[in-house]
Amino acid sequence: MSSVSGAAAPGRGAKTAVKSSMWRQSVRLLLKNKLAIAGLVIVVLMFLACFIGPMFSPYADNKTNMRIMNRAPNLQHWLGTDKLGRDVLTRVLLAGRISLTVGLASMVLSVTLGTLLGALSGFFRGVVDQVIMRVADLLLTIPSLPLLFIFGALLSDWKVPPENRMYIVMLILSLVNWPSMARMIRGQMLSLREREFMQATTVLGLNNKRKLFHHLLPNLIPLIIVIATLNIGGAILSESVLSFFGLGVTAPTPTWGNMIDAANNLIDFQERPWLWMPPGLSIFITVIAINIFGDGLRDVLDPKQKR
Amino acid sequence: MENLLRVNRLSTHFHTDEGTVKAVDDISFRVGKGETVCIVGESGCGKSITAMSIMGLIQAQGASGVTGGTIEFGGEDLLKLGKNELRTLRGSEISMIFQEPMSSLNPVMTIGEQLTEPLRIHRKLNRKAAAKRAVELIAQVGISRPEQIMDSYPHELSGGMLQRIMIAIAISCGPKLLIADEPTTALDVTIQAQILDMLRRFKDESEMSIMLITHDLGVVAEMADYVIVMYAGKIVEEGEVEVLFDDPKHPYTRGLLRSKPVLGQLQDELYSIPGQVPDPLELTESCYFHDRCEFCMDICRVKGPPLRGVGERQKTACWLYEEANVHA
Repeated sequence: MSSVSGAAAPGRGAKTAVKSSMWRQSVRLLLKNKLAIAGLVIVVLMFLACFIGPMFSPYADNKTNMRIMNRAPNLQHWLGTDKLGRDVLTRVLLAGRISLTVGLASMVLSVTLGTLLGALSGFFRGVVDQVIMRVADLLLTIPSLPLLFIFGALLSDWKVPPENRMYIVMLILSLVNWPSMARMIRGQMLSLREREFMQATTVLGLNNKRKLFHHLLPNLIPLIIVIATLNIGGAILSESVLSFFGLGVTAPTPTWGNMIDAANNLIDFQERPWLWMPPGLSIFITVIAINIFGDGLRDVLDPKQKR
Repeated sequence: MENLLRVNRLSTHFHTDEGTVKAVDDISFRVGKGETVCIVGESGCGKSITAMSIMGLIQAQGASGVTGGTIEFGGEDLLKLGKNELRTLRGSEISMIFQEPMSSLNPVMTIGEQLTEPLRIHRKLNRKAAAKRAVELIAQVGISRPEQIMDSYPHELSGGMLQRIMIAIAISCGPKLLIADEPTTALDVTIQAQILDMLRRFKDESEMSIMLITHDLGVVAEMADYVIVMYAGKIVEEGEVEVLFDDPKHPYTRGLLRSKPVLGQLQDELYSIPGQVPDPLELTESCYFHDRCEFCMDICRVKGPPLRGVGERQKTACWLYEEANVHA
């Protein structure tokens, strides 16, 4: 028996490179996409600013100060003060903490839930599929905004303490977001499970758990990463909407949404743009940056979905 | 020879809106210990479905699926086994190689991960021992630098190498029966010979039986002890390889043998059997081969011939010999 010299096998030193070739290649491609990198940089800066920034602020205690109400931006208060005399810059950063945390956490929750349910439903099909998908359909038939409002209203009705509302909002957002994720994963699962290598795993006597978690899900990781990234932006936006309508996280905890809500009257709108411009711009820039980065990621990791 | 696999009156039917497709229709055969049985036939005559039925890969949906018969493996009927029992059998006692090595391995897992998996599951080896065994297996199937191959992904290897890996995975747990569904069809001829050579070597070393599915008579001549010729879901002829190649009885087998190019013999035109495999939906009570057969008689159009012994070591399903028997 002659031995085949490894046609595609590179030299010994390249061993680790071989192992991570797909990820390395992706990173290299991503680095070429300047726009996506710009998005990533902005997102990272935003996170750093929000989580570290307030530590250097003398106004981080969020105390009200009636003597300096509604001041325009000045040297002491770079973005002015609000109607209770609180520093707007500090509040925007503190609000960013909440908004970004909610966005991130609800993304993790909805992606986990969506992936798990979608995978189960695509893998087992039959009754499991029917039950999961009909629930998903039910949630999808109601437009997400009214659904969020209903949940938010319930939240207010149950008199949930303000410091806990943030967590409940995360739950609500993921509850609304998982069905679309689950559908996507299910679709991919249905096509993957019929592939020849999955037949090979049956022939090798692997059990379902192994097939699902070792063979099928790793094939979906690029897709999951992309959707997860894009989901953060959506979740931040939804949270802002909820808070803007007073149904999400409520005062005194600041979020970008309820800060804009607080300035939602004619006088503030016309006379005091420093109250609503900073949180508005923060939402805008963060969400756009995340989406640009997500798009770049998709081009690299999931070329099939390229528009 | 002792039986390892005994397929008895196996039928696999699929019910479609247009009618019933009898993909495998009442076939019986046996595979002895250490024997190589080849199943030959054109595309679409039920070879792969037979293999898949044995592996339990045909999922029953309504009335479709394996509809009758028994598949005895080591005395147990595979069709009656529960899911878990079947799973412990697959990959350890019976394993299978597919036609397309390129798509038979998971693209996102390294060769090492995929090779150690059955060892860890069926042989209960720990990670280290499994990896050690996997390296040995890769070396055994003739690939150099096995340690490096362990960390490679399928797309980094050639088709021939991947098929070797598939064989390594298939034989990793020392199966008693290896089902190879056209294992060399997707490979070029030199690699083909190496792969077949290797299969034969493993068979001799471990007393493994091979059920080889192919449409390549060259492969049959090289590998088989016993040959089964299938046509439209039925066995039309079977026999020991020398007998069958020397003296094919059924017109279909003859046609197959004639349509094989012979080296050094100049032919103006290669023989081909006229017509096509009949539409499985339009099969009637007749010999399924009658409209392509040059010896077609009246009886062939109205009644299908049974599979009968012709001589000691051969069986055929053809009225030609039925008559000969009657007259004799």
